[in-house]
Amino acid sequence: MTALILQVRGLKKYFPLRGRRLSEILSPGTSPVVRAVEDVSFELAEGEVLGIVGESGCGKTTTGLTTLKLYPPSAGEIRFLGKDIAPYRGNQLRNFRRQAQLIFQDPYQSLNPRFTVFDTIREPLVIHGLAKGKELVDRVLETLDIVRLRPPEIFLDRYPHELSGGQRQRVAIARAMVVRPRFIVADEPVSMLDVSVRAGILELLRRFSREAGLSLLYISHDISTVRYLCDRTAIMYLGRIIETGPTETLIKNPCHPYTKALLSAVPLSDPDANRPRTRLKGDVPSPVQRPEGCVFHPRCPEVFAPCGEQIPGFHASTDGQEVACHLYREEAGDA
Amino acid sequence: MSLLSVQDLKVRFRTADGELRAVDRVSFDLAEGESIGIVGESGCGKTTLAKAIFRILPPNSLVPEGRILFRGIDLLQLPSPAMRQARWRDLSLITQSAMTALDPVYRVGTQIVEVIRAHEDCSRKAAWERAGKLFNAVGLDTNRLRNYPHQFSGGMRQRAVIAMALALDPPLVIADEPTTALDVIMQDQVFEEIARLQQAGQKALILITHDISLVAENCDRVAVMYAGRIVELASVREIFSRPIHPYTIGLQNAFPDLKGKTGGLISIPGAPPDLTAPHPGCRFAPRCPFAQERCASEDPPLSGVGPNHQVACHFPEKAAEFRDAGGQDKIWERHGTDETARLT
Repeated sequence: MTALILQVRGLKKYFPLRGRRLSEILSPGTSPVVRAVEDVSFELAEGEVLGIVGESGCGKTTTGLTTLKLYPPSAGEIRFLGKDIAPYRGNQLRNFRRQAQLIFQDPYQSLNPRFTVFDTIREPLVIHGLAKGKELVDRVLETLDIVRLRPPEIFLDRYPHELSGGQRQRVAIARAMVVRPRFIVADEPVSMLDVSVRAGILELLRRFSREAGLSLLYISHDISTVRYLCDRTAIMYLGRIIETGPTETLIKNPCHPYTKALLSAVPLSDPDANRPRTRLKGDVPSPVQRPEGCVFHPRCPEVFAPCGEQIPGFHASTDGQEVACHLYREEAGDA
Repeated sequence: MSLLSVQDLKVRFRTADGELRAVDRVSFDLAEGESIGIVGESGCGKTTLAKAIFRILPPNSLVPEGRILFRGIDLLQLPSPAMRQARWRDLSLITQSAMTALDPVYRVGTQIVEVIRAHEDCSRKAAWERAGKLFNAVGLDTNRLRNYPHQFSGGMRQRAVIAMALALDPPLVIADEPTTALDVIMQDQVFEEIARLQQAGQKALILITHDISLVAENCDRVAVMYAGRIVELASVREIFSRPIHPYTIGLQNAFPDLKGKTGGLISIPGAPPDLTAPHPGCRFAPRCPFAQERCASEDPPLSGVGPNHQVACHFPEKAAEFRDAGGQDKIWERHGTDETARLT
């Protein structure tokens, strides 16, 4: 049994819509809030890659940042290596920061333009006091080699503007990997990159999880890249996970009407494919005024009686798939 | 006669590093009602090509050679006022970011009415009515005509721009990454709209995108661009079943898909060449695993290899071999050892 790296239970993250106002002080709880993440739970084992997929504004990035303690959660519990991270301060927090790293979407903005590659990768080692002198240089060179920037020596003195997008993202990955983390949140790491270099970055992340046992939370809006990297995938809609399961099972046999619609909207690179389209009504509602009951019901093509009133619980199927939809309620009851 | 005929088009930019050859000897024809996809990575010149056709290139550009014939008239030779009349009436452009394509201080309806009234003698009332019909055609509520762009979601804004592009019923629509800023469900709906309107109105479409599956679903033909050149031009079915150029083969192996194998994607190591430093030979040769000596010195022209299939490669007869070998990631690595730095 592999160790659990991360356990997230009932995570909520609300943002106040405006700054603290007088009305908030006089009558707390009346100010409008953006409910970005609403009751999200998942687990991540050692060496496992979990994909979180959803449209913009669904709360996937907030989920990722909150699990890294970059936002304080509004409710819920995050356990890292079995321990609740909420009380972490000082040294404990620094130790957690070393073990849980982040890769950003845009390598054009996430690297300091005045830092050379060496400066960028060296900094975390210095902050965490992990190496100095020759050992530090060796660690940087070794990490550059691991992210396949070869030969490493010639990259040391380069600035970000001298690198291609793919190379920059490799530097950003090296910066995260140099402190030997157990867990990485990768927030859309390939969406800014050209198609021809995406594959290399995905392959790199996959190798870290397979060979070094790194656990990865891969956040993406693009379900077709998830397929090449993630063991399991969770689909988010308006702050909630609505379906989760092993990636291939989920793609072959989506259960939730939203997952079905999402998958059916992905274009296929086959001119003869006749893709059935599921048409959804309207736009994603605002996370400020969320629909009652199932968050998806105002747009759902299969909406029926309980959807507008009750929030559906998760119903598990035999192959590890779980779906939060009233359509599957009876089935689960029989099993 | 074809609707649009681009012949030997060259576009250069004057930059601090010298002259940048953004588009180099590009030629293609487009028939009435036909749709062509132009695919390639960032910097390959696909957007520059669109801007050249629409004649909205930035001031530091020049077009030293080439013709863009629209129903036999060279758009490049057209005086500015005539070109202004041609825009939106004869050809229209759907730009990448609808966010910036609409003026934030005017109502969306006003902007569409302006397009109509600038070209046609049409009363204000009639123009608003037409704008309403256009809104219906793209699936927007006519009440929204009075809204400002910021009141629209990204998908709605993109639809408004499509409505504007169709306002004067032009025979040619150029769509430059029309859905890149949109989520996949909205993208799908926008494309359904574009396809429906294109077929209903017998419009020709130039779809510029990096997403080869959008082209697979929406176009008759594809031009694959690399470093300012068209490297392969064929029917969609040909490109997907029998790609010939190693870059096209590589692009397909690198592209994630919901169907087919999950055996890992194969990236193309290296980066496109510097377009300010002219060099002889095939532009893909430094990244091509099948490159021979000849490729480094001799530039292959785009030439026909079958009905409706042109390719710029010295070895089209070896395509079957390339396709087999190109499916193995080792062969690409061998050539570039991942991100090995280009010589500076």
